[in-house]
Amino acid sequence: MSALPMAGVPANVNTIGLTKNDYRGAPTTLCAGCGHNSISNQIIGAMYELNVLPENVLKFSGIGCSSKSPTYFMNRSFGFNSLHGRMPSIATGGLFGDHTLKGIGISGDGDTASIGMGQFKHVMRRNLDLVYIVENNGVYGLTKGQFSATAERGLELKKQGTNPYMPVDICMEAVISNATFVARSFAGNAKQVKELLKAAFAHRGIAVLDIISPCVTFNNADNAHHSYAWGKDHEEPLHDITYIAPRQEIMLEKELEAGEVREVAMHDGSTVILKNLEKSHDPFNRFEALRVLEEAQQKNWLITGLIYVSENKPSLTDTYNLVDTPLNRLTEADLRPAPEMINKVNSLMF
Amino acid sequence: MEKVVNDFSITVGTKNGSGSSTANNTILRAIFKMGIPVSGKNLFPSNIQGLPTWYTIRASKDGFLARREEQEIVVTLNPDSFIRDLASVAPGGAFYYADDIRLPVNRTDIAIYPLPVKKLVKDDANIPGDFRDLVGNMIYVGVLCHMIGLDIEAVHAALNFHFKGKQKPIDMNFGAVKSGAEWAKANLEKKDPFYLEPMDKTEGLIMADGNTAAAIGTIFGGAQFVAWYPITPASSLAEAINDYMPMLRKRDDGKHTYAVVQAEDELAAIGMTVGAGWSGLRAMTSTSGPGLSLMTEFAGLAYYAEVPIVVWDVQRIGPSTGLPTRTSQADLSFALAMGHGDSDSIVLLPGNVNECFDFGWQSFDIAERVQAPVFVLSDLDMGMNQWMSKPFEYPKTPMDRGKILWEKDLEELKGNWGRYLDKEADGIPYRTLPGNKHPLSAYFTRGTGHDEYAKYTEDSATFQRNMERLKKKYETAKQFLPKPVVHKTEGAQIGIIAYGSTEAAINEARVHLERDHGMKTNFLRVRAVPLTAEVEEFVGEHEQVYVVEMNRDGQLHQALSLAYPQHVARLISVAHGDGMPASARWVREGILAKAAIGQISG
Repeated sequence: MSALPMAGVPANVNTIGLTKNDYRGAPTTLCAGCGHNSISNQIIGAMYELNVLPENVLKFSGIGCSSKSPTYFMNRSFGFNSLHGRMPSIATGGLFGDHTLKGIGISGDGDTASIGMGQFKHVMRRNLDLVYIVENNGVYGLTKGQFSATAERGLELKKQGTNPYMPVDICMEAVISNATFVARSFAGNAKQVKELLKAAFAHRGIAVLDIISPCVTFNNADNAHHSYAWGKDHEEPLHDITYIAPRQEIMLEKELEAGEVREVAMHDGSTVILKNLEKSHDPFNRFEALRVLEEAQQKNWLITGLIYVSENKPSLTDTYNLVDTPLNRLTEADLRPAPEMINKVNSLMF
Repeated sequence: MEKVVNDFSITVGTKNGSGSSTANNTILRAIFKMGIPVSGKNLFPSNIQGLPTWYTIRASKDGFLARREEQEIVVTLNPDSFIRDLASVAPGGAFYYADDIRLPVNRTDIAIYPLPVKKLVKDDANIPGDFRDLVGNMIYVGVLCHMIGLDIEAVHAALNFHFKGKQKPIDMNFGAVKSGAEWAKANLEKKDPFYLEPMDKTEGLIMADGNTAAAIGTIFGGAQFVAWYPITPASSLAEAINDYMPMLRKRDDGKHTYAVVQAEDELAAIGMTVGAGWSGLRAMTSTSGPGLSLMTEFAGLAYYAEVPIVVWDVQRIGPSTGLPTRTSQADLSFALAMGHGDSDSIVLLPGNVNECFDFGWQSFDIAERVQAPVFVLSDLDMGMNQWMSKPFEYPKTPMDRGKILWEKDLEELKGNWGRYLDKEADGIPYRTLPGNKHPLSAYFTRGTGHDEYAKYTEDSATFQRNMERLKKKYETAKQFLPKPVVHKTEGAQIGIIAYGSTEAAINEARVHLERDHGMKTNFLRVRAVPLTAEVEEFVGEHEQVYVVEMNRDGQLHQALSLAYPQHVARLISVAHGDGMPASARWVREGILAKAAIGQISG
């Protein structure tokens, strides 16, 4: 299809003639102000801008708030909301059905870093052609606010007490496991999320996007160390789960500059410190990638940006040297050995 | 002494990892080549090297191929099992042993033959030092050539097959066979009555193991995606798929129409399989009981999401370590209940190597037609041991891909379709596959919460309607399942029901029961669950139905009792689970014991 706008075609269509509506999903049922919704919106925007035919995308997810979100974008794409921690395996099998399709997998911090840690690590080393998005809020939302494995040590939550364990760094795990694209962003940094999504989608192989996506409802520390504008909300009975206070999504007022460090307040008054990668960061250098992650960990930063990328590695389906026709369109003539082969097989038995 | 021809068992005791399987398979194949019906069973420990292992071969002119508990000829090279092996020889039998084992031979009711295995191998200049132990196993093959008439040319043919025509190992091993035979000729005096003589009863038959048969059947079924994780006794099934795929699905362009993935665990193996089945591939995974447990959550999802997959369970004894290398039929109850919440399982039960092949391809047709997981339960005895069998037959029916809508179908329907709409009132809806470019093709897959158009809902009535449709679908499935196999005897009033690899033992036991006890029996072998009408009819026709199976609790008996509560009084459980392949003796004695109880209490 022509990349140029055609006469008579409305301006609000992309080069394949689709409107943004063609990329939307069902209305969200997540809490108002949830960072996950913002990520869904950026996916819609990125796919629209990349002129991707929705039918060429497969959506996969595990279980959790994040895993519900594939319903809320790209209705025209097939989707599978599968089992807790098992998105990678469903996506692996699913993408073999038609290797010309691209996968978007949505997972959460519990879904990936706890129950799904094994599949997460193994899908990295297989380099499945999948954009693997972790909507990371450090908390279990759907089961009402337990600690996840990405929660920092010492975090205090009502009912749960103090988190005694060290956190899992999803990006570091991904780099160590030979992921070929690793990035981190913050759901409130809309522009960066979209740019990273586009880059991830263009990458052939596994692309991990760890997106810090604050939970408006449950990740609400008892003892907020920092008091910001949202601090007042703290007085509300937030653990009465029959009442979810309507919140605004936390959005950065201004883009992060390269190398900038900025504190961002969460709904509960606690803060995270974002540190955008330096302009000089070389994402093709795996050693550097590990160094900046280690440095960030020591300084209690959440490093954002494209941390690591390795191009031109064969994706999983590439390594299987599949026929050009998608496997799921092959017929009996392609799949069942010819009748004379049965004699051959029998002759191979004793 | 009257000769006993082609009707005895040979058991060889060695150490695991000593390379005796080549020798034992060679004996088995040579007997087969001589035209004598024969079976071989490997009774092996969960161990790589050092523990005692046995291989038992049965030659049977009458074609009885089940394991026998009695062994007329015992060969042992293993000092650790020597005492037990010596004791296991049937009175009047023959005992061969490596003469470097310095233990007392304290039986006078059997023929004793010491063999200088180590010396003979050492004296053979053609055998390099490293190979002495390995090739030493061939000495007893040679001795048996001379002593019982194992045909030396047939042995050569078996070695040629085993080593795929590679001259060097064939010559080295055959050299050891010859020196064993020559030494026996010069030094041993035959003192037992057991002989092999050529017959013509294996003409046109093949020897294969059930896992290989299942693998080849799977390939003829057009398998496109296989994911697996290593586990005894199922590993050789997936490995055989890897072995045979390149040949059977070779294309001129060198590209592949399939993918085989070794997953990181069984959770991932079935997850990938469900993903592939969902996207329209003929997808399969193979495992054993422990792996099956790990697959349960996905099996439940596949039932609710209506994803066709095939799961092979090569049954073994239960969890962890201990007896994982022993056979069993104790996964039936579990397989029938695979899933969580309300669920139903379609389970196929192959009874022999041929059916492993047939169900290999048929399972895909059933799974895709019904859009549900299909479990195929084989067992270690059937899967890993060599069985004489009819040649594999090319699939008689074309592939049934089930109800799938592509772009042109959706054009005709003007996009008006619903993933879970029961359009033909058979409970089976239509599905579209990823990659379909029609803008109305896509749908969203979840477990329980969906309406007829795959839209999210938690509405009670919609959920219930869907569950009723799934039940209807399970009923519909019956027509696509293999019917039971029934063997009738004129005038019989007693029934036997079983499934799987026990058939050989049961058919032999039936002959004994009639001959020695005047008990005539009819025999029905179940080949699928849900049970079809023929099974109920059979139960209804017999006042007493013995349900024979290899487990402790009588799982098939329980399933039948649940299915036919009106007939519970007729169903008598004969269950036996000790890890050993079924023998005619335990079937016979099990039935007689229960019959005696019936008479006393009756």
